[in-house]
Amino acid sequence: MRPLALASGLIALGAAAAAQDLPVLTIYTYDSFVPDWGPGPAIEANFEETCGCDLQWVAAGDGAALLSRLRLEGERTEADIVLGLDTSLTAAAKETGLFAPHGIDPSGLSLPVAWEDETFLPYDWGYFAFVHRTDLENVPGSFEELAASDVSIVIQDPRSSTPGLGLLMWVEAAYGDGADAIWQGLSDNIVTVTPGWSEAYDLFLSGEADMVLSYTTSPAYHLIAEEDDGFASAAFSEGHYLQVEVAGMVAGTDQPELAREFLEFMLTPGFQDVIPTTNWMYPAAGGELPDGFDTLTVPETALLFPADEAAGRREEAIATWAGALSR
Amino acid sequence: MIALEGLEVTRGRFRLALSLDVAKGARLALVGKSGAGKSTLLDAVAGFLKPQAGRILIDGRDVTGLPVAQRGISILFQDGNLFPHLDVTGNVALGLPASRRRSGSAEVADALKSVGLDGYGDRRPGDLSGGQQARVALARILLQGNPVALMDEPFASLDPTLRAGMAGLIADLAGRTGLTIVMVTHDLRGLDDLVTDIALLEDGQLAVSGRAADLRADPPEALKPWL
Amino acid sequence: MGRRPQPIARAGPGLAATGLVLGLTLLPLVAVALAAEAPGRLGPPDVAAIRFTLVQAAISAGVSCVLAIPVAQALARRRFFGRQALVTLMGAPFILPVIVAVFGILAVFGRAGIASDMLAAIGLPRLDIFGLSGVVLAHVFLNLPLAVRFLLAGWQRIPAERLRLAASLGFGPAEMRRHFHLPLLREVLPGTFAAIFLICTTSFAVALILGGGPRATTVELAIYQAFRFDFDLGRAALLGLTQVLICAVAGIAVLRFALPRDLGAGLDRVPPDWPGLGRAAGIADRAVIALAGAFLLIPILLVALRGVTEIVGLPASVWAAALRSILLALASTALAIALALSIAALPRELNGGAGIAAFLGIAVSPLVIGTGLFILLRPFASPEALALPVTGTVNAIVALPFILRGLGPALDAARATQGRLAEALGLSRWQTWRLAYLPRLARPLGFGAGLAAALSMGDLGVIALFSVSGNATLPLEMYRLMGSYRTEDAAGAALLLMALSLLLFWIFDAWGRRNDRA
Repeated sequence: MRPLALASGLIALGAAAAAQDLPVLTIYTYDSFVPDWGPGPAIEANFEETCGCDLQWVAAGDGAALLSRLRLEGERTEADIVLGLDTSLTAAAKETGLFAPHGIDPSGLSLPVAWEDETFLPYDWGYFAFVHRTDLENVPGSFEELAASDVSIVIQDPRSSTPGLGLLMWVEAAYGDGADAIWQGLSDNIVTVTPGWSEAYDLFLSGEADMVLSYTTSPAYHLIAEEDDGFASAAFSEGHYLQVEVAGMVAGTDQPELAREFLEFMLTPGFQDVIPTTNWMYPAAGGELPDGFDTLTVPETALLFPADEAAGRREEAIATWAGALSR
Repeated sequence: MIALEGLEVTRGRFRLALSLDVAKGARLALVGKSGAGKSTLLDAVAGFLKPQAGRILIDGRDVTGLPVAQRGISILFQDGNLFPHLDVTGNVALGLPASRRRSGSAEVADALKSVGLDGYGDRRPGDLSGGQQARVALARILLQGNPVALMDEPFASLDPTLRAGMAGLIADLAGRTGLTIVMVTHDLRGLDDLVTDIALLEDGQLAVSGRAADLRADPPEALKPWL
Repeated sequence: MGRRPQPIARAGPGLAATGLVLGLTLLPLVAVALAAEAPGRLGPPDVAAIRFTLVQAAISAGVSCVLAIPVAQALARRRFFGRQALVTLMGAPFILPVIVAVFGILAVFGRAGIASDMLAAIGLPRLDIFGLSGVVLAHVFLNLPLAVRFLLAGWQRIPAERLRLAASLGFGPAEMRRHFHLPLLREVLPGTFAAIFLICTTSFAVALILGGGPRATTVELAIYQAFRFDFDLGRAALLGLTQVLICAVAGIAVLRFALPRDLGAGLDRVPPDWPGLGRAAGIADRAVIALAGAFLLIPILLVALRGVTEIVGLPASVWAAALRSILLALASTALAIALALSIAALPRELNGGAGIAAFLGIAVSPLVIGTGLFILLRPFASPEALALPVTGTVNAIVALPFILRGLGPALDAARATQGRLAEALGLSRWQTWRLAYLPRLARPLGFGAGLAAALSMGDLGVIALFSVSGNATLPLEMYRLMGSYRTEDAAGAALLLMALSLLLFWIFDAWGRRNDRA
């Protein structure tokens, strides 16, 4: 009797220890992903239902900060997955050699462009766009119309923010060598340049500018969360540049299987359905979109540089931008 | 020279009420315990406090409502007599009317000589001892040429040897210029040559007053501890 | 047995405190430089950024100082009901989180601000402050309170007896100016100018939001860019070194130009009415106080109005962050005070150098400090464990120079008076501090502690680099709200942040003044 009791006791003890010692999956992401109102908590709950693991979010500023944190930590990083880089950063991220191929078939993706990156896997995307209130008159239909108009805009700095860099790439993709002329034309429309998206959007909401660089999905927030249909995005005839947000698996992870399991989970409804009304972007492998998303402007042309080309053009594009706006 | 007629000054709960005459050329020492009203009296005569009742006359002129500077009074403060950013000459020259401050260097030099600070003109107050600073202030009072001087504890920060020297200097200068002096002090010892009159304040009232010589010869009981 | 004057304290703690400050500002810089793969190089855009930084900082500091002169003068020579409350409230912009201050400014002077609305109502064009003018306007808004406080403290140090002397000598306005005002300005202004100049050299958000474009690139933005997008640690370290050099040059300039402090020991007698003051001056003073009050308080009021309806419905995480921020601010304040007392108690010959070292805390980029500390400490502990301690320590160091500024003169004065008494009584060092010095230091300590607490409360600083999901501070939580479209909640959080900063400041400051005469 006694040995049996001891044995069952040990088993019980072991089970308790196992419950506490669940494998931990550490995911680095950007700040706005993790708050109660962000996508993080729901995704964590959904994944933990099936993974038998403990998912821990580590928030580190914005997308660019995320990458520099990873570079600072190098191979000692505790991250198993980095989630929240965008295509303007992936070339630099790949260059660090810190990421492993995701090994997942991208055929389930519903992006407006083909996806061939073997290291990074998209989880959501959106079109950059200028958002305005619906009472704005003479909404411009292209960069050229915008430059010719006296509509005021507030944009983000490409040297400190990913949307800012996205706008730069947008103009590059649409105009190539003509970018300089467009920026010169826009310079009198630009009220100011902010360090990040948040400040720009707040300036726009405070009435400091007629339009703000954001996403075609931004009006959905006001419509769904605030029941305010007074916002829209301007459709530009040049097409709209894409922001594709991606995740990648850290090569040195001690949980490679769990990490891959998460990347697979990332393209399932347990992740994807959370995205539209928390991150206010299009899900990358989306099923049904919530009511309200059908009212959004859908650009006819999607623009996107391959990651290498985006990285290669960046320095010169920033110099062109700074030069045109300093004149 | 100074006449206080039915003077009443209140400061919070404290009330000073007295009448007092100070003859021309007299050198009156105000004594009394802390809180007896010595400083209040000095402030009222100087014009830093407005009396509730009574009149203050200086040389027969009613100065009760006049600003400090128009009362014909020079003041030696217990501390803070000099401007640290001005040298000794600059500080003493403040005793002259504004129009003569630039041209009055000879007068300043004379005044410094008479307080024994010949050649100290370009020193800064910070480089002087406490006794020297007091003498610089005295030189300024000389140049001001007012008939009355108020002195708040002029010997408080001086050691006994300096104290005797300073007392002698004030007596000498006052004797030569006929200056009338009211000084607050807590110790009359060693001031025999300087002090001609004594007034003892108790709780805002004048308890004893009279010629120093008389009071020393036959001191009232209340004054004995002060002599 | 010969008696030498007893030193006020052992130099040990003060030297250790100075060492800590130097270590926490310079070591991170070294760490960043060593982590760089290639030596840094400054390109033409960096040189332009340095030039713009210096120009805007100099103009901002100059305008702040010049405007502070009439305001401090008016406040110093007027006694009116609510004066103390007004002085405290007018200090508020300095302790506001920068982003909140910027939106307050825009609520008044922006295109959609009330000043523009008023102009539009009478048919004039709306204001356009974006550009250098906006940067300077915001910096003046943020730093004018500091300049006013420094000058006002100078005015209040004037012994009452010296004012009596002026009254007895019949000083008119010109003489008051010559013998009181100008010496005071030469004593206080160089240090004030330098402090504000240095604060403005590390300005990031103000220059970027209100600067209007890439012309307004500051060194701090260049550092941010080097860290974030280029990952060029060598360049970041060089730019950080530039900031240290700017600080050193400014510090040496202050020591050369400033008049030494006037240690006139007053007897705390009631000051007379201000000598040489006419009716016109009285009207001018009132107008100056009203204008300055409106400039400093209306933006704050508008921020409050914007947030007041939102504050009740704030998410629970915001309240948790608020509590965390309060505790962090208190810990940071305790550390700052301990450091300041140790440094202030150093012997005179060491004191000046330590004071300049303390200024490094505001001159060196928080990004460089944060990143450097991250590199240094990462091998020993996880960022999660470090986030709050590091943030608290860095905040303490940022507040240090401001505390020292008030503490130094008060301690000198106490040394000159009660110090001698304590020595005569043969008190131990501890008793001397407790009985003789600390009571005299209550006012600067209370003010300094309030400043430290409020600055820590509002600082976003290094937490962003270390933070994980569970330990956000209130400013970080506010940024997260802004980053998720929740601008209304963010407005509520901004009000909460502002109210808590002010409250902490007010509690400490009131403690310091509890024994003041009315």
